[in-house]
Amino acid sequence: MIFRQRHLLDIESLSVEELTAILDLADRFLEISERPIKKVPTLRGRTVVNVFLEPSTRTRVSFEIAEKRLSADAVNVSGAGSSTSKGETLLDTVRNLEAMSPQIVVIRHQEAGAAHFLAARIDAAVVNAGDGAHAHPTQALLDCATLRRAKGRLAGLRVAIVGDLAHSRVARSDIVALRRLGAEVRVTGPRTMLPPGLAELGAEVVPTLAAAVEGADAVIMLRIQAERAGGQCLFPSTREYARTFGLNAAALAGADPEAIVLHPGPINRGVELAPELADGPRSVILEQVTYGVAVRMAVLYLLAGSPPVE
Amino acid sequence: MGGSDEQRVVMDAAAMQRVLRRLAHEIVEREAGTAGLAIIGIHTGGAYVARRLVALIAECEGVTVPLGEIDITLYRDDALSGLPRPVIGATSLPFEVAERKLLLVDDVLYTGRTVRAALDALNDYGRPRRVRLAVLVDRGHRELPIQADHVGLRLETEPTQRVEVQLAEGGQEDAVVIEPAAAERPAARLVRGPA
Repeated sequence: MIFRQRHLLDIESLSVEELTAILDLADRFLEISERPIKKVPTLRGRTVVNVFLEPSTRTRVSFEIAEKRLSADAVNVSGAGSSTSKGETLLDTVRNLEAMSPQIVVIRHQEAGAAHFLAARIDAAVVNAGDGAHAHPTQALLDCATLRRAKGRLAGLRVAIVGDLAHSRVARSDIVALRRLGAEVRVTGPRTMLPPGLAELGAEVVPTLAAAVEGADAVIMLRIQAERAGGQCLFPSTREYARTFGLNAAALAGADPEAIVLHPGPINRGVELAPELADGPRSVILEQVTYGVAVRMAVLYLLAGSPPVE
Repeated sequence: MGGSDEQRVVMDAAAMQRVLRRLAHEIVEREAGTAGLAIIGIHTGGAYVARRLVALIAECEGVTVPLGEIDITLYRDDALSGLPRPVIGATSLPFEVAERKLLLVDDVLYTGRTVRAALDALNDYGRPRRVRLAVLVDRGHRELPIQADHVGLRLETEPTQRVEVQLAEGGQEDAVVIEPAAAERPAARLVRGPA
């Protein structure tokens, strides 16, 4: 197997072979979650520290379950960012972590680059569980795994990504992963939420929801992240947002008849996604959650081995 | 003994067919039929052998015994040493393991560590009534107290030799071959030191 990474910090660092290796492994790990005893002894005696310095429930729980199903000793460090300078706080965290000599550190941080910062200063393997608006590689991997399972392939798949692209690390990682694996990606959202550089990542930027969804095999809806907007008013009202960029059955009618709907959660019901779609037969949102554990098991397994000899 | 420098065929296709047929008969005799029995092959070589045993038992008994396969990578005692990381194969046990009479099948029995891992893995699927072990080749040099109930061929080997079971399913002609110590792996000899 071709996997030579020491850390998982972003999707950009991964080759097509490495991306595919993770997805293939995730398919195997999925089976463990269906057994009577959902645990394998592979990471026995290894310590994984989950450092979540930004509120997160599902990603943290998903990592924790993945760690426990691999028999790792999982420890949680939490605490929202304090008023002290972010650099100092993180450096402090690094020193505390090193004293615990873990094999793997999973980090979620509000600042972009936090995982890279940590990786450069610690012996452990670092997994980025989301850093600011930069990257969320395991989310992109689980989206790819879910899509591949539902559609049987990724190459040539037409995927629309809709919503708050400016604050979305999920979108950035999704675009890079999907493009690298051969999918076509169309993106749209309010102009205030479309950052520059999306075309350079390989996505086609279109002005309307209808244009993005037309003929799509899958639609990934992003969460409106009011907490990241920093008090700025990026759209007039949630009602208007729902009308122009919210996905409902009528809007999805323009997509491929077999199109599926993804959402990284938590959903703002009735804003970016209509409840009847979220709970409907074309939603694979719960499959995403299931794959989340499998993908994270795959990543932990790959990073837990002895470090590559340079 | 077996100190030759060349590859040596110790079982050809016709011999393998006879050995497998004998094993199939032995298994049915020992189990007094096929009731409650399931056969599980260890990925990948053992899975091929298991499939053939099921077919041969169906031929002589007219019953198709449930067939499963198990991958033991995640249960290995050396799962995390070395890179690149080992690929994980499929595990599929399409029957209830609990209270069943299981026959574990592997192609080569050597240190016993693979079988140990497979027993651990099986336990996570349920508590079988009992587990027996059938292997095509037993090459000795056990490192754990594990023995097979059904053995196709017992081979005297040296630890440095490689015993390879080649099967049609793997794209080769059926054969069991002994190969001399691989040239690229002299470390094994150094670690062991003089005998």
